[in-house]
Amino acid sequence: MLMLEKALTGSRRYWLWILCLAAVIATGFACYLHQLHYGLAITGMSRDVTWGLYIAQFTFLVGVAASAVMVVLPYYLHNFKAFGRITVLGEFLAVSAVAMCMLFIFVDMGQPARVLNVLLYPTPHSMMFWDMVSLGGYLLLNSVIAYITLRAEREGVAPPKWIKPIIVLSIPWAVSIHTVTAFLYSGLPGRPLWLTAILAPRFLASAFASGPALLILLCTALSKFAKWSASREALDKLGVIVTYAMVINVFFVLMELFTAFYSHIPEHTEPLRYMFVGLEGHSRLAPWMWVSMCLAAASLVLLLVPRYRHNQKLLPVACGLVFFSLWIDKGIGLIVAAFVPSPLGVVTEYAPTLPEALISLGVWAVGLLILTVLYRIALSVREALA
Amino acid sequence: MRDRGIIYGGLLLFLGFATLPVWHNLTAGVTAKGPNPRLPVNAKQCVAPVEFMRTSHMSLLLDWRENVVRRGGRDFTAFNGKHYPMSLTSTCLEQCHGAKADFCDRCHNYAAVSPPCWNCHLDSPRDSKVAGGADHRLTWSAALLRSAR
Amino acid sequence: MKITRHAFLRMGGVSFLAVTGRKLLDAITRTRWGMAIDTAKCLKEPNCTKCIEACNHAHNVPEIPDRRHEIRWIWKAPFENVFASEVDQYSPLRAAPAMVLCNHCDDPPCVRVCPTQATWKREDGIVDMDWHRCIGCRYCVAACPYGSRSFNWMDPRPYIHNPNPAFPTRTKGVVEKCTFCPERLVAGRPPVCVEACPEKAIVFGNLADPHSEIRELLRTRRHIRRKPELGTNPSVFYIV
Repeated sequence: MLMLEKALTGSRRYWLWILCLAAVIATGFACYLHQLHYGLAITGMSRDVTWGLYIAQFTFLVGVAASAVMVVLPYYLHNFKAFGRITVLGEFLAVSAVAMCMLFIFVDMGQPARVLNVLLYPTPHSMMFWDMVSLGGYLLLNSVIAYITLRAEREGVAPPKWIKPIIVLSIPWAVSIHTVTAFLYSGLPGRPLWLTAILAPRFLASAFASGPALLILLCTALSKFAKWSASREALDKLGVIVTYAMVINVFFVLMELFTAFYSHIPEHTEPLRYMFVGLEGHSRLAPWMWVSMCLAAASLVLLLVPRYRHNQKLLPVACGLVFFSLWIDKGIGLIVAAFVPSPLGVVTEYAPTLPEALISLGVWAVGLLILTVLYRIALSVREALA
Repeated sequence: MRDRGIIYGGLLLFLGFATLPVWHNLTAGVTAKGPNPRLPVNAKQCVAPVEFMRTSHMSLLLDWRENVVRRGGRDFTAFNGKHYPMSLTSTCLEQCHGAKADFCDRCHNYAAVSPPCWNCHLDSPRDSKVAGGADHRLTWSAALLRSAR
Repeated sequence: MKITRHAFLRMGGVSFLAVTGRKLLDAITRTRWGMAIDTAKCLKEPNCTKCIEACNHAHNVPEIPDRRHEIRWIWKAPFENVFASEVDQYSPLRAAPAMVLCNHCDDPPCVRVCPTQATWKREDGIVDMDWHRCIGCRYCVAACPYGSRSFNWMDPRPYIHNPNPAFPTRTKGVVEKCTFCPERLVAGRPPVCVEACPEKAIVFGNLADPHSEIRELLRTRRHIRRKPELGTNPSVFYIV
């Protein structure tokens, strides 16, 4: 019924890929057992920097999950036919990304066995409660939508009428998951880097740039390895979406810089100075941020010039630049820098440890495994129909 | 039947494996000894009837926990009207049951139950060092089981 | 069950009065625990750490040598860090140590964000911790504007050198902080740090009682609080 058996047939290369993912997952899992036994001390986090790589990945991936709306909205609300073949890919990407988000939260928890306490003792005034609710709901929505539409495609019939309101619901829901995630940060009085109204819009802009960029990269990979290509028109339109979103995102970042550096207010300037030039001699994050800025600038050159954006070989490069630039900026940069300086004005630096990085890679591998299986199913259905 | 040997051999192996718990215990001389908790010497009546404590001491302790931690009250009126402060260490252990190794652990080890209380709550002061808590010499499988705490 | 309109209105009116009456009574007899630290008395002996040692012993706070994994309930920090907006470059107090701890805010951001209510504000004003319920998400640590909270990055027991058998330890994976000693308050005793201070620099009492010692002190001496502009309304005052 779930068509999972379609993922059990594949070429040698397919199984080699699955094997590699399994090896990375096993390594990450072994490190996680070590973390469970010994505690989160095996990570690079500290009393001053209490959120690090795990929460950074979570924040970035919520954005990727929300970006499914960028293919669903044009197709279902505005009848943009070119996206018809890739909506299911966007929805499956959302499922995989939400699964990774939940796993990253889980590995970050000090007492993971108590995770159900969030549902046993619901707390409406806590944004984390709503985050769990909205992410869970979004996972369910996208799973149902993707399954029903794919199943209908396989049977050669139109999807049932009742799926349409559910699809329409997933559109504001996608916006809400990332807004709620931004609310986790933007309502905290003690962290001035986050205490800004533009955080939620900034999150959405970077989500709508990085998500579709990843989707373009995935479509490129599929055409290379799975002999399935998205239409030229669809990729072009996605490229336009990435361009606009990236421009808006860079604009928002520049707005933050202006407010801080024109007002000269220390609590605004210090975290940003730490990010780009360092504070009190500590500048471990600065090279990362400058790389992110350079990647962003390079990506904008490739995206804004129509000749480059329409080039089939350059567009994936631009998307890769966008993805990595935003992965650094939204993930590591934004999350870690908010803890510098500490509430008592102390600068404590953060760098992930090897076990921490391996656990993170393990979670990414789980997400890629889920994505591989789901995409294999989708493409098998398409192959059988062709 | 060409593969008679393999089939019968495999069946025998399987039967041996499936009945392992029975003949292993018999040959190792393990007797079906029940748990043997050391009963308190100076007190005859617990804060609740013995039968209730046998089946539901966890519920009582959870109730005490919620009361002390979240509602701020510590006074417990037992079924027989006596008053006790709600405290695992100072009422249960210090007054009557002694060290957890002599009482609590006996049944818990037999039933393979490891409540996480002892990760934080201290054993009776009669065992003067900080007892209970995490054991750092663990195998992977034990780590997996312990991870639930 | 048939009920007349008159009877219904009467029941409604009585219930309403009961609820509001109860609230009014609570407001009159309310307790709001607070603390006033006389910085001049505290500075008489600048290297004194008696309150810190007493608290750490009474509550089995571990002594972890790695600064990254430290657990701190109460500790000392330089004035210019604690009161960044009050202390300028010409102030003689810049490097002087001030005692810092959880401020037990009236409007605590940590309570607002906790997803399981493992930290909550009691009726007597104390922001308490339930270490059984804490899932270790560290959201409260991110929310606290004062840096008062510590997370147990590993099992604290190997680092507790002189355990107090009358108080539990905590386990790895939960957040902890100063709790204004509710286990002592219920027995009618002040917090450990108050008793331990040789200069009697720490005054603890009921801020809601206008005749309490702490209210008298606050009425007669100039005092400040940490980051009042954030609206948290801390219950810890510093007499300067």
